Amino acid sequence: MKRTLITLGLATLLLGAFACERRDGGGPTGSTGDGSGIIKVGVYGDLSGQTSSFGESTRDGVRMAVDEINAAGGINGRKVEIVVEDDQGQPQQASTVVTKLINQDKVVAIIGEVASSNSLAAAPRAQEAKVPMITPSSTNPKVTQVGDYIFRVCFTDDFQGAVAAKFAVNTLKAKRAAILGDFNSDYSKGMTQYFEPEFTASGGQIVARQSYTQTDADFKGQLTNIRAANPDVIFVPGYYGQVGVIAKQAKELGITAPLLGGDGWDSPKLFELGGTALDGSYMVNHYSTDDPSPAVQKFVAAYKQKFGAVPDAIAALGYDAMNVLADAIRRAGGTDSAKLRDAIAATKGFPGVTGSININASRDAVKPAVVFELKDRKLVYKETIQPSGAATGAAPAASPAAAGSTAGASSPGTNANAPAAEGGAGGSSANTNTNAK
Amino acid sequence: MDTFVQQIINGLTIGSIYALIALGYTMVYGILRLINFAHGDIYMLGAYAGYYIAHWLGFAGEPSIAGLAVTLVGSMVAAALLGMAIERFAYRPVRKYARMTTLITAIGVSLLLENLGVVIFGGAPRSFPEQLQNETYTLFGNAAISKTQLLIFGVSVVLMVLLQWIVYKTKVGTAMRAVSFNLNSAKLMGINTDAIIVFTFALGSALAAAGGVLTAQYNPTIYPLMGIITGLKAFVAAVLGGIGNIPGAVLGGLLIGAAETFVVGYGQLIGIPSTYRDAVAFAILILVLLFRPAGLLGTTVQEKV
Repeated sequence: MKRTLITLGLATLLLGAFACERRDGGGPTGSTGDGSGIIKVGVYGDLSGQTSSFGESTRDGVRMAVDEINAAGGINGRKVEIVVEDDQGQPQQASTVVTKLINQDKVVAIIGEVASSNSLAAAPRAQEAKVPMITPSSTNPKVTQVGDYIFRVCFTDDFQGAVAAKFAVNTLKAKRAAILGDFNSDYSKGMTQYFEPEFTASGGQIVARQSYTQTDADFKGQLTNIRAANPDVIFVPGYYGQVGVIAKQAKELGITAPLLGGDGWDSPKLFELGGTALDGSYMVNHYSTDDPSPAVQKFVAAYKQKFGAVPDAIAALGYDAMNVLADAIRRAGGTDSAKLRDAIAATKGFPGVTGSININASRDAVKPAVVFELKDRKLVYKETIQPSGAATGAAPAASPAAAGSTAGASSPGTNANAPAAEGGAGGSSANTNTNAK
Repeated sequence: MDTFVQQIINGLTIGSIYALIALGYTMVYGILRLINFAHGDIYMLGAYAGYYIAHWLGFAGEPSIAGLAVTLVGSMVAAALLGMAIERFAYRPVRKYARMTTLITAIGVSLLLENLGVVIFGGAPRSFPEQLQNETYTLFGNAAISKTQLLIFGVSVVLMVLLQWIVYKTKVGTAMRAVSFNLNSAKLMGINTDAIIVFTFALGSALAAAGGVLTAQYNPTIYPLMGIITGLKAFVAAVLGGIGNIPGAVLGGLLIGAAETFVVGYGQLIGIPSTYRDAVAFAILILVLLFRPAGLLGTTVQEKV
């Protein structure tokens, strides 16, 4: 009896804990509307889960762009309205809310997600319904490969991962790297996939590979192994919620090697969790609020006034995504889905806060990356790394071919490319200049 | 060698937390033959209680021992009250029905607390204020132990000794053991069994809350669903040690903590990825149920029919 009770109870509880909610949206979508009236744009993101600052920043960035657009008279005289949905940071939910945005709210376009796993789960819904989706900050290359209606306004992990590796080799002079990644995250896997070949091709060695899951409360087991491998740098391509704690626990173990990560760290919460344990760590990101350009300073000031906080890169990308969309609707002369798609695809030299945005043939943006040092709960600008030269033909106007301070012998990966994304074929992505044009 | 010692320290740290929570499972089971599945959520609510106490009483800024002590005791009291309320309003009304009814009620309470947590606190993780000026002491070689870890060991041991004293040296403890032995006979002997049951819930919940606050010192991320996995592992720990057996719960907790840390530390060598740490706890549960259902320290009792 006792055994039955325990087993039964446990089974029920496990079901409760892991069962995924699945609701099916209605039938196939109706028309996404054209002509006049309000333009409805769907925004989805994590507003209540493990990465909720991502969703909040995206929403606020988009909202600011929409308010500015409406204050200036709308797009071709039509006001814009956003419908915001919370996906709780879960892929199944992301898919569900996007179905809802398309079928119930009849949005003309969708902006979202930040976490690549969630974008990947939702993108097929947008593609099937032929509703253009722009992800502001999902960097895994696979996201835009879902279909020709999926775009992004940020760089991709083949670039970001390579930038991190370049930085580790050239600036940190690291020879031995340990990798501590998030086991279930497409973002983390993508970053690792492009960091490794670039780092080893530059003469470095990966001395430890460890992984964790987002529900882990304790990282000391992994960190103890990493400490034993004695690395010069620890690459942590995860999200801020875990990174802050990892930094703290690493310090408790007496690890002095710097942590290095990407845009997944970008959140005001990072310092709340990690505090000064993050000092001396480095992160790759999309833009710097210290950039003296008037566009950036105007955006930062306006955002601070509106939301009382410094905009992180996620917010800036949300802002840019909405403005790219508005620009495309203007050029398409309406919201007809095919015309709108073509207009977004034709975006060239759009002056975004996060740099000039050029959508290339694989529907990704080609942009430079910025590296920061974390010091006393602040981001201190270190250097800018340009995408590999003019060879990425999609970017004629932007990114001067003269690369940034650490442009080495091989190119730091290319932004545009389908073939290298899936296979993880060694150093190929870092060495070949797959030009999508 | 120092890596091995370090992994032992890491394992025992989380093991102590599991042990604290497992004690609550085991005591309630010992007395009511009820698996209180809401126990992991009390652990979560204990952490949140600590969070609010620290913020309201102004202990969230500078780390201080006094602040930590107040937070710890305050959250234990809050959780004890909550545990008593749950017993009174959820379990007592259904106690007279079949055991399955109470078990299902427990699962219901668990889901209720989790979702109330999401509604009230929001699903987004919060960061628990740092209350201990953290320092690290090097033992030898690279093996290091942090003040937080010492705190977790210290507080756990004190609480466990205190519990042992209550159960074996006090009148109420004697009554608890009597109720555990046979509820009806205890009642006939003039023991106020309802009061004893309430007391047991209060005690178990307070220990879970202590676990919550201590964990939050170690990993400051708290969120409403944090009790699910931790609670399940503590439950496995209680079963491993022999459910209903107090020293067994402690032993089980430490073993589960050590086992999962060793999966992370050495699993790779034999092809088990470190992310299997949760799976290992449940694999242990299955093995225990198959080969030694009474647990390591439990004794096989004939089921009363």
